[in-house]
Amino acid sequence: MRLFADNLACRRSSRIVFENLAFEVQAGEALAVTGANGAGKSTLLRVVAGLLPILAGQVALDPAQDDIPLAERCHYVGHRDALKPALTPLESLGFWQAMQGSAAASPLEALDIVGLTHAAGLPSGYLSAGQRRRLAFARLLVSRRPVWLLDEPQSALDAASRDRLARLMADHLDSGGIILAATHDPLGVPARSLDLGRVG
Amino acid sequence: MFWALVRRDLKLAARIGGGGSMGLVFFLSLVTVMPFAVGPDLNLLARIGAAILWVAAMLATLLGLDRIFQAEEEDGSLDLLMMSPLPLPLIVLAKGLAHWLATGLPLVLAAPLLGLLLALQPVVLGAVTLTLLVGTPALTFLGVVGAALTAGLRRGGLILPILVMPLMVPVLIFGVAASNAAVEATTPFLAPFLLLVAASLFALVAGVVAGAASLRQIGS
Repeated sequence: MRLFADNLACRRSSRIVFENLAFEVQAGEALAVTGANGAGKSTLLRVVAGLLPILAGQVALDPAQDDIPLAERCHYVGHRDALKPALTPLESLGFWQAMQGSAAASPLEALDIVGLTHAAGLPSGYLSAGQRRRLAFARLLVSRRPVWLLDEPQSALDAASRDRLARLMADHLDSGGIILAATHDPLGVPARSLDLGRVG
Repeated sequence: MFWALVRRDLKLAARIGGGGSMGLVFFLSLVTVMPFAVGPDLNLLARIGAAILWVAAMLATLLGLDRIFQAEEEDGSLDLLMMSPLPLPLIVLAKGLAHWLATGLPLVLAAPLLGLLLALQPVVLGAVTLTLLVGTPALTFLGVVGAALTAGLRRGGLILPILVMPLMVPVLIFGVAASNAAVEATTPFLAPFLLLVAASLFALVAGVVAGAASLRQIGS
């Protein structure tokens, strides 16, 4: 399996964010998308996730599955954690597992892996920023999708949590997954780098 | 998947208390205050009672409607919902249904009790409750379109009523007409009632499709 992009271009309002972009990521490989603030890292991830329209070119997973669009084979973790303060971590994970389909780990197992078992029954509103972030990563584990799109995954995480995240990513890569991460810091797993350069 | 979303939204509505109970309290206060404003003339109250209940139901439906997609957009849940295998129109349907169950249905159930305060005759009570049951889904799903359109706007809550109230007016006309027909021998009940049913069915389909189309525009 490989994720590839050809001649990709994206426009936000009147500005071309990037064009003629090409990359290829093989199964088991991570690609770190780097570049200055505003270079289009987040935009690229959102384009791959199908959340922004493509102006030109294509991005696809090979081999393609006819009936399943790329977006449904991607996990996306953006800057916002997609958590409802009134729901407990267990309920949030159960809900997203039901919505995303292809169940993998149970919500309780996923919480154990990210080290949040003690907060399983607490409304998410009481969690700290780092804990909410870890809960967002637990979402990646409850359903199986081959491509992980991570937008600055290490923000708000302490050193121990960064190590834990690196282990999660390493496991995902070992099982033949693909990671595309927008980042300013080293990911903690071997990764090729795609530099989007400066704002322009 | 569909029911998971409905269940979650109902759970959220019950815990936050912003949607369902607020609409009900608003409905209640509007209807109880009305007799004080109109005066103690029972005949007058009975004549305009159905209209009061319908206007109150319409305004109560608008409460909290602006948040149904805006809240999802703000915390990033909307992105993930759009990446779910569940088609976007069904997501809109699930959220609309949950909103109606949390806000619309309690209004319908409270209407017969509040009708007593307005000196409505039993027949009219039944007619108002029935028309509200059939008509409130139309109000909700017309509102859903407005909610989807304004989900990306920070102050969308202000624009929403202006956008959807004109669309709700026909529903209001048919609803009140059918309710009043129960006492006035000159006007038919069935014609406005069937039009109300048609409005609900139309709003359901059009609201879901239009809502999904406008949600797709948010990111870009």
